[in-house]
This record gives sequence, structure tokens and C-alpha cells, in this order.
Amino acid sequence: MTLVIFMKKSYQSLEENSTKNMKQVIYRNLTSQILSLGFILLLTFSTSLNAQEGDPANGKSLFNANCAACHKLDAPMTGPALRNVEARLYDEEGLDREWLNAWIRNSSALIKAGDAYANKIYAEWNNTNMNAFPQLSDQDISDILAYTAEPPPPPPPPTDPTGTDATAGSGVSNNLILGALAVLFGLLAMALILVKRTLNRFAEAKGIEAVAEVKRKPIWKAFVENQFLVLVTAIFFLLASGYFVYGYLMQVGIDQGYEPVQPIHYSHRIHAGDNGIDCKYCHSSARVSKHSGIPSLNICMNCHKSINQVADATQQEGIREYGVDYNAEIQKLYEAVGWDGRAYTGETKPVKWIRIHNLPDFAYFNHSQHVSVAGVECQTCHGPVEEMEIMYQHSPLTMGWCINCHRETNVKVKDNEYYTKIHEELSKKYGVEQLTAAQMGGLECGKCHY
Amino acid sequence: MSSNKKYWKSVEELNDNSSIVETLQQNEFVEEIPTDEFLGDKQALESSSTSRRDFLKYVGFSTAAATFAACEGPVIKSIPYVVQPTEIIPGVANYYATTIANGYDFASVLVKTREGRPIKIENNTDAATNGMANARVHASVLGLYDSKRVKSPMKGEEAISWDAFMSETTSKLNGLADDKHIVFLTSTLPSPSTHKLVAEFAEKYGNVKHVTYDAISESAALDAYEAKYGKRGMANYDFSKAKTIVSVGADFLGDWQGGGFESGYASKRIPDHGKMSRHIQFESNMSLTGANADKRIPITPSQQKKVLALLSSKIVGGAVSVDLPQNILNAVQKAANEINTAGSNAVVVTGIQDVNAQTVALEINEHLSSKAFDPKTTILTRQGNDKAVMQLVADMNAGKVGALIMNGVNPMYTLPNASEFKEGLAKVDLSIAFSMKSDETSSNCNFIAAAPHNLESWGDFELKSGHYSMMQPTIRPLFDTKQFQEVLLAWNGNTMSYRDYLKDVWTTDILNGASFNKAVQDGVFVSSASSTDSETEVDTTSEGDDTASETPNGNAARALASSASANGMELVLYAKTGMGDGQQANNPWLQEFPDPITRTTWDNYLTVSRADAEAKGLVNENVANGGLNGSYANVTVNGVTIENVPVIIQPGQAKGTVGLAFGYGRTSDALKKEMQTGVNAYPLYQNFNAVQEVTVEKASGMHEFACVQLHNTLMGRGDIIKETTLEIFNTKDKHVWNKVPEVSLNHVETPVTSPDVDLWEEFDRSIGHHFNLSIDLNACTGCGACVIACHAENNVPVVGKTEMRRSRDMHWLRIDRYYSSQESFEGDNTKKENISGLGSSLSEFGEMESPADNPQVAFQPVMCQHCNHAPCETVCPVAATAHGRQGQNHMAYNRCVGTRYCANNCPYKVRRFNWFLYNKNDEFDYYMNDDLGRMVLNPDVTVRSRGVMEKCSMCIQKTQKTILDAKREGRPVKDGEFQTACSAACGNGAMVFGDINDESSKIAELKEDNRAYHLLEHVGTKPNVVYQTKVRNTAEA
Repeated sequence: MTLVIFMKKSYQSLEENSTKNMKQVIYRNLTSQILSLGFILLLTFSTSLNAQEGDPANGKSLFNANCAACHKLDAPMTGPALRNVEARLYDEEGLDREWLNAWIRNSSALIKAGDAYANKIYAEWNNTNMNAFPQLSDQDISDILAYTAEPPPPPPPPTDPTGTDATAGSGVSNNLILGALAVLFGLLAMALILVKRTLNRFAEAKGIEAVAEVKRKPIWKAFVENQFLVLVTAIFFLLASGYFVYGYLMQVGIDQGYEPVQPIHYSHRIHAGDNGIDCKYCHSSARVSKHSGIPSLNICMNCHKSINQVADATQQEGIREYGVDYNAEIQKLYEAVGWDGRAYTGETKPVKWIRIHNLPDFAYFNHSQHVSVAGVECQTCHGPVEEMEIMYQHSPLTMGWCINCHRETNVKVKDNEYYTKIHEELSKKYGVEQLTAAQMGGLECGKCHY
Repeated sequence: MSSNKKYWKSVEELNDNSSIVETLQQNEFVEEIPTDEFLGDKQALESSSTSRRDFLKYVGFSTAAATFAACEGPVIKSIPYVVQPTEIIPGVANYYATTIANGYDFASVLVKTREGRPIKIENNTDAATNGMANARVHASVLGLYDSKRVKSPMKGEEAISWDAFMSETTSKLNGLADDKHIVFLTSTLPSPSTHKLVAEFAEKYGNVKHVTYDAISESAALDAYEAKYGKRGMANYDFSKAKTIVSVGADFLGDWQGGGFESGYASKRIPDHGKMSRHIQFESNMSLTGANADKRIPITPSQQKKVLALLSSKIVGGAVSVDLPQNILNAVQKAANEINTAGSNAVVVTGIQDVNAQTVALEINEHLSSKAFDPKTTILTRQGNDKAVMQLVADMNAGKVGALIMNGVNPMYTLPNASEFKEGLAKVDLSIAFSMKSDETSSNCNFIAAAPHNLESWGDFELKSGHYSMMQPTIRPLFDTKQFQEVLLAWNGNTMSYRDYLKDVWTTDILNGASFNKAVQDGVFVSSASSTDSETEVDTTSEGDDTASETPNGNAARALASSASANGMELVLYAKTGMGDGQQANNPWLQEFPDPITRTTWDNYLTVSRADAEAKGLVNENVANGGLNGSYANVTVNGVTIENVPVIIQPGQAKGTVGLAFGYGRTSDALKKEMQTGVNAYPLYQNFNAVQEVTVEKASGMHEFACVQLHNTLMGRGDIIKETTLEIFNTKDKHVWNKVPEVSLNHVETPVTSPDVDLWEEFDRSIGHHFNLSIDLNACTGCGACVIACHAENNVPVVGKTEMRRSRDMHWLRIDRYYSSQESFEGDNTKKENISGLGSSLSEFGEMESPADNPQVAFQPVMCQHCNHAPCETVCPVAATAHGRQGQNHMAYNRCVGTRYCANNCPYKVRRFNWFLYNKNDEFDYYMNDDLGRMVLNPDVTVRSRGVMEKCSMCIQKTQKTILDAKREGRPVKDGEFQTACSAACGNGAMVFGDINDESSKIAELKEDNRAYHLLEHVGTKPNVVYQTKVRNTAEA
């Protein structure tokens, strides 16, 4: 505790010293000399000491709020990686905190002023200006730098793909119990046989004869001879097989659960579920068009221009649970869209997605009618997309399924002047308060087949 | 009971000793089976390692594999954009205003594009002054996806790059000898920016000539107008301002003087407050215009000249002496009286290709100060100069032409002296053809500059003076093409893009401060102060040496009258509604488009009057399968003979004349084999004169036509097309001229519309939308734009000539054409009423089957009538066709099993059966058989397969879209928003579509109109298509 206070104090004086004139130190009194000595000692551990100076926790939140759009700690993005930036700058370029402060608060001014390193780094990063952050106080910058100076988290321990976790462990113990029980039963059975054999031997020895059973007609023979039963059974089997054959035939061409492997492993779970992105952000044409539309790659790049990696935990989860390297999948996107990490190369390779929901040519379906007019949630037909790691066909997409919904769903007429007159008249005619889509004419052949 | 009968296979069996019987008993086959052919090569058989067992194994395995493979559904891939253009939303159509201008047809249009593909042409209603799109313009979108287009510039047979093309042509142009001309031969190109470019080119290279060439010339009209008004062009007419129209040989509902007059004409044909225009037509061939006339007088072309001269003398004054039969003289007198009565409300037009005739027409209209006649607005869509073209051919043969650069022309096909042109072309040092095809001409040139389609190009056109139209690309060029103007820019050394150049020209010369982007968006721009107006305002009297003023009124008429002489038969060459000048001959929609008059597809033919046909032994007959057969004739004009021209006997054809259409008989590789139909009439078009003296001789053999209408008359069934005269219409009660049929119920005559006599219970259709389509038989000119629009909108397949001949046409919308068998339809009705007794009915009905020599004509568009009590619905065993609440008769293709009961039970015969698979089938190698052609398909309409019935859906995809748009925007549907493809295409306002439950709508009013009736109303089908009784203005002054 005292040490910490001491160090803090010493650091403060150091700051004073460094900001004033170093030479004055010689003329300081003993205390200050001791303090200076302490400072020199501290310098050798400067990184760890700097980290102590700001508040890394606050720094992290500031970093995420201000810097993370363009910077990462360990990888270059729009701007360079920032791990240990202060120390590296000091070591490699001899630039101090003052320079950093100036750069962060207004980099373009620094460039304009002709600062050599500022211009160098400006050129190095495609002449892209860094945003100015004049609102950041010295303390804020210290906090951020403290956060950047934190040592990187140790790589997570390599996971065993076979899995020896708690769940696996409990499985083993269950097996043990079952095994033990099996052995027990085996022993019991053996004992029973032994007892029987012993009793038989006793009986033999005493000359008692077991009463022989009357030989009965085997049941199958009786069954075969009873023609009525045979007939009933035959009918039963015919009906049963008819039922199953019908069931089989009716599912031909229905691809419910169709879950093809896509050229890029795109996780709806992460995007729509974890990150809560609205479906219509990407599938925007569902609002106005018959197609929901597969998002064009430029929509992906709205976010993925800056998100070139997933969080480590997500990455681990992906490898562990789904056997997929999310970061590699993001790289596939970059390759398709022609993004080299900083700029578009113009070499694109359009992605050939495999279409999952295929309506036949003779059925007309319009997304906007359902999404914009009826206000149907996407999940009603597409299922829990936000939980799907890989998209699959949730609904059967059969005509019966469509019609059921049209029979059960009320038309959303609120605030829609189109419906005002027709709904009033039709509901009076049918004597209902709320019309279903079917009553509105949603079962007519020509509404979907033309 | 068994029988001991013995059956004889041949008489040989009676002969006990017959060797044949003996042989047959021994051998199953009379001749040795030629097994050697496939088993003879013993060595090959033995050396083969594949044994019979192996073979069976392979067969078994592959069958099993195929079976298993078939269990798996196809994997469908979807490829989204990498960067989606902001204006494209998949599934939503975009519309662009542009212009179709191919040198023959000019129209401001809207182009519907889906996912970036143009799929349909629509009318640009903002540009009504430029005329509505006709059938050929509607069909031109298919030309974009023509698989026979040239895909890159060519040098001879070999494809080259544009760089090579530019460097080679530029060096050749620069290296031309000084005394040799560079000549541009273009189709009519009223494009301000192109004219400027050519002028700049001329400045750079010197010695440049620009010759404009129309395949079908209007030179006479141009010369006459130029002489009178000092500007090369044609006077504008607005027939909506005319009460009396007299036409002497002018097919102004067709392509007369550039076309585009039908909207104005039709608007005054609908009786309004008891008034409609009166139309008198003197003509030789039965034209669309003549078919619509109130009075039609068939006369020969030489008589036409006399008639016009006589009219002039009776209206303008001045004496002419003409010899005409008395009946024609009377008709002319009556026409003149009517014109004089109408005064400035009358207009006289003529299509005679004679400068004097055209001058006379201009003089008459000027004298009348006709309101419909507007000489100050010049129509610029025909600019061709025959003399210049002939001079060019002479110059080429004389070796005076160093370079010939052609754009949009095909003289090797269209010139009467094509062989001369070919010889000349060989003497030209450098010949370049800007062409979409490797056609007759371009394949003979040094270079083919692959040109883009109109829908891929920029352009500007001054269709009438002051009326500009803008062309903008609606798709990126499909192939490696460059437009003429772009190459001109490069030759001029200008690095600008043509679009920028165009913008500069418009901003400086045309727009006068208006926004260029707005002009592009609208597709049209009407200049308030036209730069050309000043030129047109030429006072004719001030120019002393002008030819027109040199010959005072009457001189032209006299010259005209004296020039009219004829010996023998006269041939009148004309352009068909479907094919025009023939540049779209590779368009299957147009080939299959039934001609409005003859109803014949895939052919041109010699139209002959019945009297002449009988005299020459030419016949038309219907054979057992209903197909029409016609004799062949050899047609000779001035030593040029066309052999084996099929003959159609045309009611209304003037005696002593025959007609033949341009645009057919192309044999170039630029056309698919199937499209190379008919005979080429251009070799007969000598001196660019559409009228020629001709000898016609019968040739052997019969031609098989593909004619879709077998029965030409109504036989007095006046309830199919209801007709009346304006007089009766104005004076009598509706029950007299538009009577609802009645049936007897308990000996009381009850109208069939009464629920008491109905088999069916009526559904309540008063809630929601209830669609009706009104067709006004007065406004319908039979132009057929709706037929092609329907084709494009609904993915109607093309079936080809042989199938058409079997009456298996697939048109959802047909336009029936009926001739009267008496002088008028009224006469037919009277004759039918007066038939009594079996003998009389047999003979007189037989007579009524043949049309009169100069019949009245009526057009009636017929599509599915969407009967509320539909006979087709009740007979479908699988309920594939059912009624919707909105009035449409639905057809679920996937449900149909093809029993065809519905088609048999349909009283209107509008259902079409898919006898074959018409897409992706090599047997039907039209546009649906190649990937390129299929790009025109409408993605919102199912492409039907073999074995299903189809029919007009009342464009349910369009009504559904309109409803959905309204729902999304949360508003009721406005009147006029509901459209079908046909009603939207009808520029004449004959077809009106809408919701009759919207009481304020136009259709609700039309449905209750006095003229409204239903087709075959007595059948009780309660159709949702309503017709408006045709009223003829027969009152003679």
C-alpha cells in the first residue's frame, strides 16, 4: 500500500520534472533525489507503470466509444493497431505524450504544421485523416493509453475437440453406474440359474418328476387357421402401409428443414440474434418488393468494413460448437467483395448462395404484401431465424400451409385507408368484427396463381 | 359358339401350291432381316471387351443411378449484386422515358425494366403529340434480344476490336483521294445533335455528302411541302379538329406520312352529344383507314388522281376535265358538297405518290383554312430523297464515292435496283455499315460497325418542328457495340462521350434554360420558341420563283388529271401494319401478328379483287383442316417478275388493281429460317413509285396460308357486332338500336338480363373491386397495338406458321374483322330476317358467307369476357378455372389437366391450349428458345407448359400490383390506376379498364352507357367485358 502511494507520488513529481527542466533535478534536495532515483527505477518498468497511471477500465469504454470504429488493439484496421502505442512511439520514434495528445486532439493540424512523423503516418495510411477528438481530456487520453498498454489476454487454452467437459464427465459416470448395474444383474441371473440347477438335481435325486405340460397348438398356427383374423390383420396392414405411403408421397418436393451448406458460413444467430440486427436492414426489399432479396455484398460491408474479426469468445465458440472459423468466413466476404483491408480492389467474385426457399414458378408470393401491409413478423414463416446458425427452411411452404394461415389471420386494417370501405362492408356482410385474409378474398386461385 | 370360319390373308392362300404361302409359313419375314448391318463386323464384335452381360449391367446400373439421382431436388443458386445499384430493387419495375426511332417508326415511349432488363414498351402519355406507339414499336423490345445480332465490329467475316476498327477506318478515311466523296447514307434521322456531328465531320474531312434514304418513300409529299413552305418535311394534321375527312388513297391510320394520327382521329369517332366525324375514303387496296371509313369508294390509283383533281376543282375552283364512271362522279360530288358544307372543319388528305397530288391536297386544305391542317408544324419523320439516292448509286458506279458510311439502312434489300447498288458498292474504297445485323447490305460492306439497339443508345429527335424527343439507354449494351454518333465523335477527334455532346447541344440550342435532366426524365421537350419555326413561316407569295406559286391554284390539279392514265392492271405497293418496311422481319411477334385486314400471319400476298380473280382463274379455298389455300401468281412489272406470289381475294379491292406488301421475302442470314417468309416486293418499287403497271398471271400450285379467321361475315348475326347509324342513334330510343335480347318466360318476353330467366344465382359483387373492360367499337381502328402489348405482358408464346394454320394460335387477344355480305351490315340483318323456309335459308345463308365486293368492315377485339356466369367454370373437372370476387375468371395452370372441356364450352372461343411446350424447345425456335430471347419474359407471369389451357387473365398481375401499391401507401385506388396491357396500349381510348364499384370511375359510366352491350348477351353469361355499339356516320350531305 505504501509502495503504491510512494510510487504515485514519485510519478507525480516526475511529471512535474519532466515537464519542466530535467537539469534542475541535480539541485534538488535529498528527498527529490531519492524520488528521482525511484523514478529512474520506475522508468525501466515504464510500461507497467504507465498502465498504473490511467484507469484502464474507463479507458476501455472510452476506447470502444471513440477509437474502436477505426482501431483495434492487435490488428490494423482503418488505422494502425494500438497495443502499447505510447511505448512503441517513444521507443521507435522518440515521441512523447505531448505529441500523442496533439495528434489525438487534432491530427490534421499536426500534419499541416509539417510534423515529420505525422506526415509519414498520414501517407502510410492512404492519406486518411484521423477524426479529431478535442473533447478528450488529458485524463481520458491517459485512461485510453492505459487500456492500450494492458498486456494482451493470454490465448485461450487449446480446446479438446472430443470434449472432456462437465457434460462429458457426467456421461462417463452414468456409463459406470449402468455398467455396474449390468454386472449386478448378470451375477443375479447366474445365481438364479445355479439355484435352479441345484433344485433340479435335488429333485432328480429324490425321484420327483415334473408334470409335463400339455402340448398346445402354437399361436401362429391358430392365427393362420383363423381366416377372419388374417383378413382383419391384412386390412390393418394395408391401411397402415397406405397411411405411410401417402405420408411419404406427400412430402416429396417439400424441403422443410432444407439446410444447404452455403459458400460463406453466415450465422443468422450472431447477426439477428446476438447483435439484434433488424431483418429488414439487410433484406430491405422485403418492404417494397415481392422478393425479400439476398443482401448485396455492399450491405455486408456497411459493418464489415470495420469488423474484420469476431470477438475471441465468439471465435472460440464457433470452432467449438460449429467447427467454423468465423474470421476466415469474414475473409471470404472480403475476397468476394474485393476488399484488401483498406480499400476496394475492384476484383469481385459474386457469391453464389444456395437458395433455400423455393416456391414453384406458378405460385406468386409477394413479401411486401405480408411484411409491409399485413405486418407479419418474418419469424412467422421463417421460424426462429435469430437462433439459426445456418439458415434452413422452417415452414413446409405448401399450399395447405399458406391457406391455413390465410384462414386464421385477421387482415390488419388499422390506419390503412385502402381497407376502410371494403372492410366495413365485408365485415357487415359476414357478421364479424375482424375479417380474415380468407374472407378478404385471400383464398381465390387467381390471387397467387397467374 | 365357336366358328370354323377361315380368314384369308391374301388370295394366294387359295392356291394350294403357292410358293409364297409356303415361304411365309417357314419364315416370319419375307425378306432377310438385315442383321449384318449391325452384327456383320464380326471382328469388332469379338475384339470388344464388352460382353452382353456387361452391357446389361451398365444399363441396369445407369437406370438405377438415374432413378436415385432423380430423387434429389435441384440446387438453385442465387447471386446477389456485389454492389446493388440504388435504383434497382429486385422484383420492382422501373420505367424510363425514351424514344423508339428506327428510321421508319418514331414514338416517345416508356420502357418497363425489371432487374435492369427492358421487358415492355408502354405509351408515354406525356408525349401524346408525338403519336402513340403502334404494334411495331411495342414489338421492338424483342429486337433487343435478337439472337442474330452482330456482337462486335466485323471486318468482312472476321470479328475485330473497336480499337482496330477505329484505327483502320480513320487511316482509310484520311487516305482517301481528294476527288472522292465521303457519303453518309442514313435513314431518316431528325436528330439535331447528329446533324451537327455530320456537319463537324464534313468540316474536318471535306467533300462529304449526307444522303437520307427512306425504304418506303414519301418524297412526293416532302417535295410538295418543300416547294410550298420552303422546308423539307410534311404538314401536320390533327384529325381531332376535323368533322369531315376525305382521304384519297391516304392510309393515315397506317404509316401515311410517318403515321401517328390515329389518336386524334379516334377521339372524334366516338359520338359525343350526337356528333362524330364523317370519313370518306377513296382507295384501291383495302387499308386500315378504308376499313374504318364511313364511306369507302374503291377506285384505281389513276382514278384517285382524277378524283383529287376533281375535288380540287369543286372546292378550290378551276376546271378540270376528267373521265370517271358516273357512280364515282356522284361520290366525288357528294364528298365535295360535304367538304364545302363543313368548310374549315373539313380536311382532305392524299397518299398519292405524286408531287402534283400532294400539292393539290395542300392547296385544298389551305383554301378551306382547315382547322385540322397545320402546315406551320412540320413533321420531320420522313426525310428521304429519292433523287439523291439514285444519284448516289450512279456516283458509286462511276467510282466517285470514296467512302460510304451507312446507318440504319439496308439498300441491298430495299432498293429496287439492289444489284446496281451492289456493283457500285464494290467500287467504293471504304464501306461501313452501322447495323445490328449482318444483313443483306452490311454483310457486303468492308466493315460492320456493330450498332446498339434503340434501347441501348442515346439520341435526340425532332419529330415535329419544336417537338423534341429524347432517347436514353435503358440497359447497358448487351454486346460490344457502339452507336453511329459515338464513332462520329471519335472520327471527328472529339473525346467527349455522345451523352455529353448531346447535353451540350440541347443546353445551347434547344432547352433555352430548361433542365436537361427533366427533359431526359420526361423523354420529350416541347420548345416554346422553336428554332425551326422561323424557317417554316415562309410567305409563299413572296417567293416569286417558287414552283408552287408559279403554278397558280388549279394548275397542279390539271397536271394531276392529265397525268392520270393507266393501261391494264395497277399494282399498289403498301406497308403492312405488322411488318412496315421489313426491318423487324426477324421479330416473331410481328410475324405471328395477324394482319388486321386479311387476318393472315407469316406471309405477304397479292390482294386481288374477286372479279379479277375470277377472270384470271385465281382461287382461295378452305381445305379440310380449315386452312386457307390460295393460288400462286407471277407478277411482272416493267420486265421484273416475281414468281409464285400467293394470292388472297380481298373484298373491297378496287377492280383492276392488285396490292402487295413490302417487308417480306428476306433471305439474309440475319433472319432465322422460320422468319424468311413471303416475297420481296421492293424490286417492283421502281422509281420509288408505289403504283406500277403490272401483269398478273396464274402460276401452278397452291399456297398454304396461316389465316386465323376462317369466317369472314357475320351472316346477319347483328348481336355480335351491334351497329347503328348516327341518325338512328340520335333520333331513336335505345331499344331500337341496342335492344337487350329477350326470352319467353311463361309466354312473357323477358330480357335475358332479368334474374328470373337466369339459371344461376347471382353473387353480390358490390363490395371491393369489380373490374370491367369497355371496348368502344367506334374508337377501335383495329391497329393491333393491344395484341402485341398483350403478347409482351403475358409471355404469350409464338407457335409458328404451321401451328397457326391449324388454328392453334395462342393470342389471348384477337381482333376479329368482319365484312358485310351485303352493301352494309344493316343489309345483312334485313336479309337474314327475310329468310323464310328451308330452301331459301339454305341458299341465302350460303350467299351470306361471302363478303360483298365493297363491304362494310368492323373490328372487334375479343379476349376472355370474364363471364360472371362462366360456362367454362362449370365444366372443369378439376376446378382449375374459377371466378374471383373482383370479376376475373381465374385460371390456375398448375391445376389444369388439359381436358379442354372449358375451351369447348366457351361461346367466345378465347381459351388457348398449349399443344406443345413452346419454350426451350428446338421445334419452336423463336425467342423463347434462347437465353437471350427469354430475357424479355415478364417475371410476374407464369410461363405455361405443355398440356394446359390458358387465356386472358384481365392482367390480374397488374390489378394486383395496383392494389398492393395502394395498400402499402394506405390509400384507396384512384380511377385510371387500374390498367390492363391492352387498355394501356390503346392510344385511341377504345379500351377503358377500371373498377365499376368505384361509382365516379369512367368505366362505371361506360358500363351504363346507352351504347353498351355484351357479346352474345342472349347466352346469359354476364360478361365483364362490355362493348360500345358501333355508330356509323352514314348521313350524306
